[in-house]
Amino acid sequence: MHVTLLSGRTIEQGVGKEYGKASHEYYNACSMCYMDADDMKKLGVKNNTNIKVTTPIGSVILKAVKYPRSATPGLIYIPYGPWANAICSDATTSIGMPSFKGTPAEVEAAPDQKVLSIEELLMSEFGR
Amino acid sequence: MPVFNSVTCPICGCLCDDIEVTVENNEVVKIKNGCAVCEAKFIGYKGEHRIHTPLMRKDGKLVPVSMDEAVHAAAEVLANANYPILYGWSSTSSEAQRVGVELTEEVGGIMDNTAVVCHGPSILGVQEVGIPTATLGQIRHRADLVIYWGCDPWSAHPRHLERYTSFTEGRFEKSEWTSYMQKLKAGAGKKKLDSALRSGLAKGPVPKPQACYVGGVPPSLSKGGRKLIVVDVRKTMTAEMADFFLQVEPNKDYEVMQAIRALVKDQELDVDSVGGVPVEYLEAVADALVNCEFGVIFFGMGLTQSAGKFRNIEVAIQLVRDLNARTKFMIMPMRGHFNVTGADVVQAWQSGYPYGVDFSRGYPTYNPGETTCTDVLLRDELDASLVIAADPGANFPKRAVQNMVKHPLIVIDPHMNATAMLGDIVFPVAFVGIEVDGTAYRMDHVPIPLHKVVEPPEGVLSDEEILKKILEEVRIIKAQKAEQEKKEAA
Repeated sequence: MHVTLLSGRTIEQGVGKEYGKASHEYYNACSMCYMDADDMKKLGVKNNTNIKVTTPIGSVILKAVKYPRSATPGLIYIPYGPWANAICSDATTSIGMPSFKGTPAEVEAAPDQKVLSIEELLMSEFGR
Repeated sequence: MPVFNSVTCPICGCLCDDIEVTVENNEVVKIKNGCAVCEAKFIGYKGEHRIHTPLMRKDGKLVPVSMDEAVHAAAEVLANANYPILYGWSSTSSEAQRVGVELTEEVGGIMDNTAVVCHGPSILGVQEVGIPTATLGQIRHRADLVIYWGCDPWSAHPRHLERYTSFTEGRFEKSEWTSYMQKLKAGAGKKKLDSALRSGLAKGPVPKPQACYVGGVPPSLSKGGRKLIVVDVRKTMTAEMADFFLQVEPNKDYEVMQAIRALVKDQELDVDSVGGVPVEYLEAVADALVNCEFGVIFFGMGLTQSAGKFRNIEVAIQLVRDLNARTKFMIMPMRGHFNVTGADVVQAWQSGYPYGVDFSRGYPTYNPGETTCTDVLLRDELDASLVIAADPGANFPKRAVQNMVKHPLIVIDPHMNATAMLGDIVFPVAFVGIEVDGTAYRMDHVPIPLHKVVEPPEGVLSDEEILKKILEEVRIIKAQKAEQEKKEAA
């Protein structure tokens, strides 16, 4: 399914980062992706099951969570952190600011694939 | 148990200075008045992810080393680098930032702060057209129209509404808290009724599911008292509190802003909708803007990171300028880290430029896109980096971090964050605002003192002290090198 990827703050991400980037709180807050309820139905994805999000930058496995406040058809939202940055556009348009909002992305169901921990993610991307 | 009153919270640009901290046996045990993030920081600072000794990567693993060894190794890296990046600076004191400028000048590197991935475009917009703004105190007492555009303070600045805008009791404008609570209660009642109708317990037409828009132009826009308008691409928690919520299509803020500018200037639009927003809604918003007595726009990453970037800010400021011909209007960026504003201020008064300052020629130069560290990283032009009080390992694009870890990476941070996990030399440091004093600039550029409430762990220094040690060592290494070269030449 073709969607537009946004990344940004959530209160859970804010709390998680203060407990520490290796904390459970941070992992739970940032390795997830808000999706529109109807889009999830169309894709056959249940709440709190895993999806694979792919952009020209790469792909990442995340837990899909139904966006509770309104319909957001065609939009997905990932709290900012290493999981979002594995796939966000790095185009700085010559002013230093990467395009963290509005990256075109593809979403597919991936119920059997594992969401990587921060250590596993850093190891797979940076070899450390 | 000692209780500290009026402690400043070192987390976001709000710098709430009414936190009550209870300390027992040199540990914070209780927090009053803070938000969820504030509590997490004051409780989490002493957690299991704290770094206690300097670390260096040996055989691929980070192992504990002495402070002297780490300082010497870091100074060697910086003194021998041609084009190092010194990045971060936003979660530390202005005193440490000042030493940072001195160190960057000494090693001929690039000094950049987190504004580059946050409100850098806002600074560029301000440099183009200026900024009509005020302190948060003025806004608290006078603003009768508050707009949050592309930001969600409920998530990122949880007490912003409570301390500075809609839900605060100002001298001339009253808090909207009671009316919000009444709206919530009415909403809960309606929910119960809807659910009863759906389940067939009550008779009547079955309500349609709610659309994205919060139903047309609400009468709340013509109510008295403070009004709150939220413009965003999705309905956030802040949007749920608003009197009116405009849902804009992603990357269409520029068009919507220009349309409102046209309406404010009494021009007619010959389209039905702009950026997914029907023109009648825009007309209602334009009326509210023109008819307020003191309005303010707060904006966030929704504008700076979407298509248009600094042009979005430029047009937002121009809208405010247009509005000032008809009423009084202000605009302010919602700064994220507690002292990112200070990082801009300190860099600007020391070097002339607020971020992305290049000292490699021996004097400061600034050209966003060229001297901003994200671009230097993406082009892989650096040969070393020092990261302090920020976490690019988690928050920079993947390709930038891949290039960062190709070269020696020095990290100064109290917590084992993603960058520290990737680092070659890691320094533990005391928390500014909990374990050391300092100064930070609030988002409206007001400097606020940060207070020490507990002693740092033994042997753990402040950012300022570590930077001074590295600077001193760099100078010694450079002097030795110069002497060596002199001898060889002779």
